[in-house]
Amino acid sequence: MDLGIEVDEARQPFVVVAVRGEVDIATAPKLREKLVELASQGAQNVVIDLEGVEFLDSTGLGVLIGGMKRLRGLDGDLTLVCTQPRILKVFEITGLNRAFTIHETVDAAVAG
Amino acid sequence: MPGSTDAVLSLEIPPRAEFVAVARLVVSTAAKSRRSLADDKVADLTLALSEACTNAIEAHDGKDEAERVTIRVDEDDERLVVTVEDQGPGFDLLELSAHPAVTDPDRLNFERGLGIPIIRNLVDEVTFASGDSGTTVTMVLHCTPSLGDLGPDLLDLDEIDLEAAWDDAGLDEEGSR
Repeated sequence: MDLGIEVDEARQPFVVVAVRGEVDIATAPKLREKLVELASQGAQNVVIDLEGVEFLDSTGLGVLIGGMKRLRGLDGDLTLVCTQPRILKVFEITGLNRAFTIHETVDAAVAG
Repeated sequence: MPGSTDAVLSLEIPPRAEFVAVARLVVSTAAKSRRSLADDKVADLTLALSEACTNAIEAHDGKDEAERVTIRVDEDDERLVVTVEDQGPGFDLLELSAHPAVTDPDRLNFERGLGIPIIRNLVDEVTFASGDSGTTVTMVLHCTPSLGDLGPDLLDLDEIDLEAAWDDAGLDEEGSR
């Protein structure tokens, strides 16, 4: 199963990355590569839109943690957009809902 | 799994990442068809299975393509038992406790190691048996067979007061607690 990744750079200074599909051990490397690429191109504030994600496990969480650390190290941040209870539950049971800023919409995320 | 469980299915997958999605699909379909489970419990089981399969595949580390990860689903009247068995080198469960708690800010220094806490949170019982010849993760959900599974010969739905049965079980009309 392929992972859909769409990058929107029209919301500067934010880069919005919309993810679709299932994020697991097979597909998470593609997301990791994209985040590394964006950071290397100078992106500092990245919003990951998870509304199109149907499944996310700890491999996906690991990629998001890695991305957040990388961007915070560049004085930026990685924030999330998610309202799906199934996906939010993964953050809640790992306590990572306290580590990430999670917005309900992309508009709210780019408003800071 | 010891005890008098009946086999529902057994699935062998190569220890490769792209097969985890297949395992999720097969096990979630079996769980939905065999048990009276709310959708969120099926999703919990699917996530726990994904974590166990991910650990199994990482244990194999792509070294031997001929090796297999075996996933079994067994059941009895009150339980659905999902077992994931790998042939990797095994691990020391005690070492995992060296990670900071998830509430500790230092936890962000560990991008791995979240899988087992997730499994523990999502299923009713879990056991890990690990040795030189591999690791077996046994996950148990407490649940009853689906009505359809009992068959029309055993149940006459016209004579059952379903609303009262839902009330007795503490469930609403859609079967949610």
